[in-house]
Amino acid sequence: MNVTPPNSFRTGPDENGLFGIYGGRFVAETLMPLILELEQAYKDAKADPSFQAELDSFLEHYVGRPSPLYFAERLTEHLGGAKVYFKRDELNHTGAHKINNVMGQILLARRMGKKRIIAETGAGQHGVATATACARFGLKCIVYMGEVDIERQKPNVFRMKLLGAEVVPAKSGSRTLKDALNEALRDWVANVEDTFYCIGTVAGPAPYPEMVRDFQSVIGRETKEQMLKREGRLPDSLVAAIGGGSNAMGLFHPFLDDKDVEIIGVEAAGLGLKTKTKHAASITGGRPGVLHGNRTYLLMDDDGQIIEGHSISAGLDYPGIGPEHAWLHDMKRVQYVSATDKEALAAFQLCCKLEGIIPALEPSHALAHVIKTAPQKPKDHLMVMNMCGRGDKDIFTVADILGVKL
Amino acid sequence: MTTRIDRRFEALKTEGRAALVTFVTAGDPDYDTALKIITGLPKAGADIIELGMPFTDPMADGPAIQAAGLRALANGQTMKKTLKLVKDFRKTDKDTPIVLMGYYNPIYVYGVPKFLHDAKAAGVDGLIVVDLPPEEDHELCLPALAADVNFIRLATPTTDDARAPKVFRNTSGFVYYVSVLGITGTKAPDLKSVAANVKRLKKHTGLPICVGFGVKTAEQARAIAKDADGVVVGSALVSAIEKSLTKTGKPTSKTAKAVHALVSDIARGVRS
Repeated sequence: MNVTPPNSFRTGPDENGLFGIYGGRFVAETLMPLILELEQAYKDAKADPSFQAELDSFLEHYVGRPSPLYFAERLTEHLGGAKVYFKRDELNHTGAHKINNVMGQILLARRMGKKRIIAETGAGQHGVATATACARFGLKCIVYMGEVDIERQKPNVFRMKLLGAEVVPAKSGSRTLKDALNEALRDWVANVEDTFYCIGTVAGPAPYPEMVRDFQSVIGRETKEQMLKREGRLPDSLVAAIGGGSNAMGLFHPFLDDKDVEIIGVEAAGLGLKTKTKHAASITGGRPGVLHGNRTYLLMDDDGQIIEGHSISAGLDYPGIGPEHAWLHDMKRVQYVSATDKEALAAFQLCCKLEGIIPALEPSHALAHVIKTAPQKPKDHLMVMNMCGRGDKDIFTVADILGVKL
Repeated sequence: MTTRIDRRFEALKTEGRAALVTFVTAGDPDYDTALKIITGLPKAGADIIELGMPFTDPMADGPAIQAAGLRALANGQTMKKTLKLVKDFRKTDKDTPIVLMGYYNPIYVYGVPKFLHDAKAAGVDGLIVVDLPPEEDHELCLPALAADVNFIRLATPTTDDARAPKVFRNTSGFVYYVSVLGITGTKAPDLKSVAANVKRLKKHTGLPICVGFGVKTAEQARAIAKDADGVVVGSALVSAIEKSLTKTGKPTSKTAKAVHALVSDIARGVRS
């Protein structure tokens, strides 16, 4: 397929919420007036300097931004190629990049006068971030989480409860992240008047993919500034893990028009792409369809029924991907690759030992790609990996796989 | 063009009564039982049949219809088989309108032009696709209208007077008024507010308005039929199917009978 690149990759979506053919507003009529109201409210907030000032202040004093851009010296030595930097978003309050978006959305919800916040969560990181911000502002918080994930991520469930959130198990379908999203949408339809739906990734109906991207773009903006200060030039490549794709979009978006920056998204290949169903690589192993309010690449069977993704990481096993990623893939601006459970686990262990950083299993996938490719790059190649979450939540999963009883 | 749906509503107008619209999921609990159920629906008192197209992720449906879809899928139901079910039904019934109801993805993956062609050929009269609001009309609504298939829109309590014209612009056949804020089969409709909203929406459209989501009894049906042109019953029928199954989910001799008995009961409410 020949692709004519647009003048800019950063102007989307269009007025219909589309990135090329992806995105849109595929929701029930009950939600449509709300979606349009939210779109307008976000537009107004975006144009209001006091909104941005308030957000910046919370990001600095509550979240702890800017996060450092850290030169991973020992990993670099070990790999013997590219100079590897970590964007340390795992140092944020609550331990992941999720809080960047949540602060933005919760401030917007307050602006709109909404008092009840709902969210979906997979690994629990977005749920914890939402529960945290709701506690901070005294808002009622309900988090939908698949029954299977509740079992896998007990510490995060307890954290959310400590923070005053109600955690509701999603018992329908496959009882994981996609079902938590379904339940959150069902709640929203039933409580449209007072409820704000705080979506955790760059997916869902417009304006969510754009809004979440904007809130996460602080990652890429800081990276740009920090790299210029540190090395006097832009990085040569960016690497980030992708489930729904919010940490990746946050890092990538400010660089999309910097043509010399190579950009790579790493999907979860689970037990391997050849298994057909035991992975969560929507782009590499899926095709376009419509789910959860947007058109994007999905894992599904020939009849259009959604297939549950599999990954060692509960934060990556979503059967879809943000629509802007789908478009960037078609436009060939971003390269989408994958890493298996096994590769991610090896990267996880290596990072602990060489850098004294316990990464979450999600960025361990990005790290696996760094380990694969950095050795082939020249020593002056600057590679930035988004360390989007810390691994405290994953120690039980990892111990289990390594056969260690805690 | 007049469609089977138009003709049915004209006939009911002459009779001076509202329509009973019945929903079951295609292939629930299995293909043969589903065919037996829908074949007996008109005799039991159904005027229009809505047939759910099973989907793994039905975001506007409550537990009863979610479970029905999963039962059907577990027993091998596909879009092709759903269209075959309509074709088999049409062998014995040429007049009862059939409306397919569901979500866009299985249609999108089947391919819109091929789907419309095959659906029309099978004897489908209309479509209700929950996740296609008027903002996405170019996807399926406009092609459906061009193919002489009615596109029935959902109107909801959040469809205010400013938005109503947009919602009704490309709607045909009838309007499905969602009586509650919420998903199928969970809340009971507030009858006073339903009556007021039906009257309000009638100012915007000349199409018949059918009311559904949460209607379970003959009593509710009777009350709603006073102001609306039709009453939709779904989750209650699907629950009746579920209750009639064996512990392992197999149909019994009671399955079709249970649905038909409940439809007869509610039909008496609509017709009284």
